[in-house]
Amino acid sequence: MDGLLRFITCGSVDDGKSTLIGHMLYDAKLIFTDQEQSLELDSKVGSRGGKVDYSLLLDGLMAEREQGITIDVAYRYFTTDKRSFIVADTPGHEEYTRNMAVGASFAELAVILVDVAHGVMIQTKRHARICALMGIKHFCFAVNKMDMLQYRKSEFIKAEREIRKLAAEIGLENVTVIPVSATEGDNVTSHSPNMPWYEGKALLPYLETVSVDEEAESVSFIMPVQRVCRPDMSFRGFEGQIESGEVRAGDELTILPSGEKACVSSILRAGEEADAAHKGEPVTITLDRDVDVSRGCVMAKGKLPHVGSLFTAQVIWMDDVPLSQGKSYLLRLGTKTLSATVMKIKYKVDADSGEWVAATRLHKNEIALCDIAASGELVFDPFKDSKALGGFLLIDRVTYQTSACGIIEHPLRRDENLTLQQTDITRELRMTQMGQKPLTIWFTGLSGSGKSTIANALEKRLYGLGRHTMLLDGDNVRMGLNKNLGFEPEDRIENIRRIAEVARLMNDAGLIVLTAFISPYDDDRKNARAIIGCESFVEIFVDTPLDVCEGRDVKGLYNKARENEIPNFTGVNSPYEVPDDAEISVSTVGRTVEECVNYIMECLWERLRI
Amino acid sequence: MITMKNNNPTLKALEAEAIYIMREVVAECEKPVMLYSIGKDSSVMLHLALKAFYPEKPPFPFLHIDTTWKFHEMIEFRDRMAEKYGLEMLVYTNEDGVRQGINPFDHGAAYTDIMKTEALKQALAKYGFTAAFGGGRRDEEKSRAKERVFSFRNSAQAWEPKNQRPELWKLYNTYIHKGESIRVFPLSNWTEKDIWQYIRQEDIEIVPLYFAKVRPVVHRDGNIIMVDDDRMKLRPGEEKCHESVRFRTLGCYPLTGGIMSTADTLDDIVAETLGAVTSERTSRVIDKDGGSASMEKRKREGYF
Repeated sequence: MDGLLRFITCGSVDDGKSTLIGHMLYDAKLIFTDQEQSLELDSKVGSRGGKVDYSLLLDGLMAEREQGITIDVAYRYFTTDKRSFIVADTPGHEEYTRNMAVGASFAELAVILVDVAHGVMIQTKRHARICALMGIKHFCFAVNKMDMLQYRKSEFIKAEREIRKLAAEIGLENVTVIPVSATEGDNVTSHSPNMPWYEGKALLPYLETVSVDEEAESVSFIMPVQRVCRPDMSFRGFEGQIESGEVRAGDELTILPSGEKACVSSILRAGEEADAAHKGEPVTITLDRDVDVSRGCVMAKGKLPHVGSLFTAQVIWMDDVPLSQGKSYLLRLGTKTLSATVMKIKYKVDADSGEWVAATRLHKNEIALCDIAASGELVFDPFKDSKALGGFLLIDRVTYQTSACGIIEHPLRRDENLTLQQTDITRELRMTQMGQKPLTIWFTGLSGSGKSTIANALEKRLYGLGRHTMLLDGDNVRMGLNKNLGFEPEDRIENIRRIAEVARLMNDAGLIVLTAFISPYDDDRKNARAIIGCESFVEIFVDTPLDVCEGRDVKGLYNKARENEIPNFTGVNSPYEVPDDAEISVSTVGRTVEECVNYIMECLWERLRI
Repeated sequence: MITMKNNNPTLKALEAEAIYIMREVVAECEKPVMLYSIGKDSSVMLHLALKAFYPEKPPFPFLHIDTTWKFHEMIEFRDRMAEKYGLEMLVYTNEDGVRQGINPFDHGAAYTDIMKTEALKQALAKYGFTAAFGGGRRDEEKSRAKERVFSFRNSAQAWEPKNQRPELWKLYNTYIHKGESIRVFPLSNWTEKDIWQYIRQEDIEIVPLYFAKVRPVVHRDGNIIMVDDDRMKLRPGEEKCHESVRFRTLGCYPLTGGIMSTADTLDDIVAETLGAVTSERTSRVIDKDGGSASMEKRKREGYF
């Protein structure tokens, strides 16, 4: 965008970020007089002994002022004769790294502060790494507090050497290093007489003149569809913002993921009719024929983005709850949201050394390379080619927190290779041969609720009817296939995932599968349903109250759990999430096993028919 | 001195961003509403909403919180706009407050709490809105400068500034639990100057109070207050006079200070704004109660 520069300031705690920007605004007379008065007033009660504390201009939250730190991103807007600026002042504390990433996601340039006495610190490295990850291509390192070391050139050279080394390590492209004093104002708006040995530009003149234009920009048209506009039967337009390229009336567009094609009939650009529209513009497009287009689809022309469900991405974890391999999240990419699983954490990146470290969990503020599988087809591109189709969020299904942001490195071809190897004997053929419809009947309920007993009786009934069945329960799975798994959260998720995958294979083979596992978490059951597929999945909730289960206590487990001999025992010291979407709910109290099976058979009858 | 480009790239980008945000909300949120305060920012919001969804009408209702102390010209303007564009305009007043005789002269900060903050909360709860557009801008005030575009409110409609959801790129996470709601600020990145330049570029209709005119006013506590009706009682020593004034922001007339000005065209107003030496909120009497953190306190309690 011409004339407007969006940049962020970051760096370690107390390196003086807020002070630097505050001083720049103050010196350049870019603040209103009432803010200036309020600043001088606040400073008198502040910690700088009556001297003006420029950071107070930006640290706007009460908690920030009390603690003298920056917690969240502050946006400031200013204009000089040469350029307009939006600056995001970001926090330096490791605890608030995610807020720093928020600022980085919108910026074209980063000003990273380094305390000359401390040189490059872990947070400096972490911030530089995150900035580069989020797609920032221009870096200015401001070596601050030069006044504290008598403006000595040798000290600056030492810090600069460390910075250049870091830049080379991470692969930063355009790097400028400027010696400054944020509190005293040296090299902030104009060249400082205190450092005649520095020959470059002061910070503000640098920001006013630096060019951040993208060199190799994509010219292919891409527009994710935000919404369908249908005021009446005569008009059907597709609303969205053009992410790259241009579109003209008459152009033939491809709708992804379906691949259907249609031509542009008309274009509304910000509500006004136009012959063409370009990158960045909000449009409403109508097509010449009736094709299936809804929110989440992408309209494209020229080089088409990828369509697939598997990719490798760098992920910055932002949630207090760590990332577990195998857990299902909501994935938001472009205007599309669907569920997705982090299948594998390939490695974590050590913030300090940049080394790759093996990991199975990812904690807040950590970065890792992961393989991610979406539950359906996604339209995407590597982030380096398209910010719009390469950046995504992972959202927790229960808390709705934004758990992570990620950038796509490359698609994984694995799924395509696998689907290519279609076998000639299909599921349908096996179904015909066996004379039955494959199904997975998933029992869930507390320990002692009667899952295994009922499943066993149901299997006998089905066998009697000539059906081919298989019963999976704790005994034949935990002791074999899953004997390497414990009861940690990751293992628990993996346990259910493997069971679901096995059930699906058996369904493919034509079998009716019955599973009897507590499966206490809604997430896991949803995941199993997703793997097996809704059309073959029936969930049965064996509804027996806890006190009844405990009264039965066939295996003596409740007793042990109450004595604290078994940790994480469902119902006692670990929760059971009652399903609200089970196809069948069977209450066992006051019913015989036979009656329960009769009831289930009645409910299942339609699903068992070919 | 001001060169007005027909195709100001900054305004174009800001317009595109606001339209994108509005469409996201309508596509993702269950029951959105647009807060309509009748001021210049609301006029810009309405204009953007008309553009974003054309040829469809804005697919949500508008909500005005009427304290019963707004300038008369504002109310006339509101009704005229609703009629002109066929908007569903909901007007809500805290009737409890009216019955108790709560007014801006006698009740100070309590007036704002009861007639604005509380009224807004009541209205949002009454209709069950899950997302409310507001015209707030980050350049207005320090705690606003920290607020996200999508700002979440818990079931008590309070803002938790220390725990804001990360907001990256243009990917807005709009998921909320039952009882929670979202305040959405499509004009977050606009400055006062951008607003005026956009109003001029697009020729957007605004309440005439923004233009200088000779009006009946009194000087009170360093502010110029317009005598809009006979509920305004003069204090001893005060005198009603007629002066050429205009308003940079609009609200309840007893709480809105005007400025001496002869700017009666958009060009003059933009020129004055570009040269302004004080921020626009100095003319709002309400922000100054309680020092520089007062806006954050209000927002935590549910003020927009």
